[in-house]
Amino acid sequence: MVTIKKSLHLLAAVLFAMMPAVSSANVDPVQQGDTVHVEQTAIAVETTEHEASHGEEHAEKSNDQFVKEYIDHHLMDDHYYSFFGDKELHKHYGFALPIILIDNGLKVFMSSEDFVYKGKVVENGGQYFKYYHGKIYEVDGPNGEIVYDAEHHPTNKMPLDFSITKNVAGLFLASLLLFLGFTALAKTYKNGPNALPKGIARGLEPLVIYVRDEMAKPNIGHKYKQFMPYLLSVFFLIFLLNLLGLTPLGLNVTGNISVTVCLALFTFLYVNLSGNKDYWKHIFWMPGVPVPMKIVLAPIEVLGMFTKPFSLLIRLFANITAGHSVVMGLIAVAYVMQEALSTPGAIGISFFLTLFLTFLEILVAFLQAFIFTMLSSLFIGSAVQEHDHH
Amino acid sequence: MEKLIHDFSLGLFFWQAIILIVIIFILGKFAWKPIVNALEAREEGIANALAAAENAKRDLANLKSDNERLLAEARAERDAMLNDARIMKDQMVAEAKTEAQEQGAKMIAQAQATIQAEKNAAMAEIKNQVSSLSLDIAEKLLKDQLSNKEAQEKLVSKMLEDVKLN
Repeated sequence: MVTIKKSLHLLAAVLFAMMPAVSSANVDPVQQGDTVHVEQTAIAVETTEHEASHGEEHAEKSNDQFVKEYIDHHLMDDHYYSFFGDKELHKHYGFALPIILIDNGLKVFMSSEDFVYKGKVVENGGQYFKYYHGKIYEVDGPNGEIVYDAEHHPTNKMPLDFSITKNVAGLFLASLLLFLGFTALAKTYKNGPNALPKGIARGLEPLVIYVRDEMAKPNIGHKYKQFMPYLLSVFFLIFLLNLLGLTPLGLNVTGNISVTVCLALFTFLYVNLSGNKDYWKHIFWMPGVPVPMKIVLAPIEVLGMFTKPFSLLIRLFANITAGHSVVMGLIAVAYVMQEALSTPGAIGISFFLTLFLTFLEILVAFLQAFIFTMLSSLFIGSAVQEHDHH
Repeated sequence: MEKLIHDFSLGLFFWQAIILIVIIFILGKFAWKPIVNALEAREEGIANALAAAENAKRDLANLKSDNERLLAEARAERDAMLNDARIMKDQMVAEAKTEAQEQGAKMIAQAQATIQAEKNAAMAEIKNQVSSLSLDIAEKLLKDQLSNKEAQEKLVSKMLEDVKLN
């Protein structure tokens, strides 16, 4: 057991160390090519860019810029579920998602391709809304424009946006799959604990045991059982969302800061709401050190309360975002390197690099779910354990 | 950092929170708790079964040694019994033999005595018979011979002669 854990930690450390090297090495060619092309087209674009409407702006962009924007766009949430698009026709293939706004009451309407991608103003309940860079803004009228400040930030009023975005849809899909998988697993035990699960559930049982024996039990101790629902939920949700992110569904849920903030906040709440007297004592009045040290340590420990979940949210976000940008960048090699490598060469290189990286990403998908759950249980463990006083 | 804050979407955060809470509680009720409990029950069952098997093995070993001891005892007992039986048999055979001999000897002696007695009786009978027969014969002869005078005289003379000779 110990050797497995050690080697996993080592593997994790190696992967973290490798991540920047891998990502920078592969993104560079795209960006280098970028600057050359941009210079060539810069003058042409400069004159037309400001007058041009959104749709025409896309047409003027070089291949590399297009790739970069495509990746950026993929990493962001979206109000329209687009599987793929046609650059020339400015068409996106996918389906519309419901938009739910709270602005003088509840406003619910379906998004559309024109609204999300072509800057069309939509009227609902006497108010006009315009979509700009992933956010919905209120505008004055049917031809209302977004007003920018000096740093090109929109100054329009933003309604509270509770839309079923692409990521929310992905979350629904993931939770549905979790429900199906685990109620199936739970159902097998109705015939007594010795009934063995069949089908997909058979693969889930070892993972449940893994979460319990490798994360919950060693870190939390005998009180582990009350935290199992949270740990299992978080582990399988992150793992499944990471895996869904590798499918052509084009989801990037765990690479979204809002999602990781929420997950980390839950860990924070679990840790601090279940913290016992010892835990708080160790934060505010560290036992076993001289009084001046106690005073110095208290703010550090309080800061530590927040940095622990903060590291969780940044780690998950950064790893998944990095993985997605690298995979997308490598897929883009097939398009942007066609001149340098010939079409089959570029496709071949792109294929093999992407294949290799996707395998790595499957490992990362598991690893990040593992690390998030592992550290969550570690933090919970530190909050609930009883210290035998020094 | 600014971009991250800009990317933060309250709506997505809200949905994520709702979904996570629903997963924790609903799956907790219908999946996580039953699964964790069942796994624990199964492991307990396996541990118990292993302990029981261990006990059974030990019992079996005990039983086996007991059996061996019993078997050895039984074998010894059987040997002793066989030995006893053999001795008894020999004794009985010997007794029977002597008794038979004695009986035989007794019977032979009895038979001999009976034979002797029978023989004596038979001899006596024969003697009586012979004497009466000879008397009858003599009577008949005498009657016959004494029927005529000459023959009587002859016989008397003969007898006289015999007496003289004696």
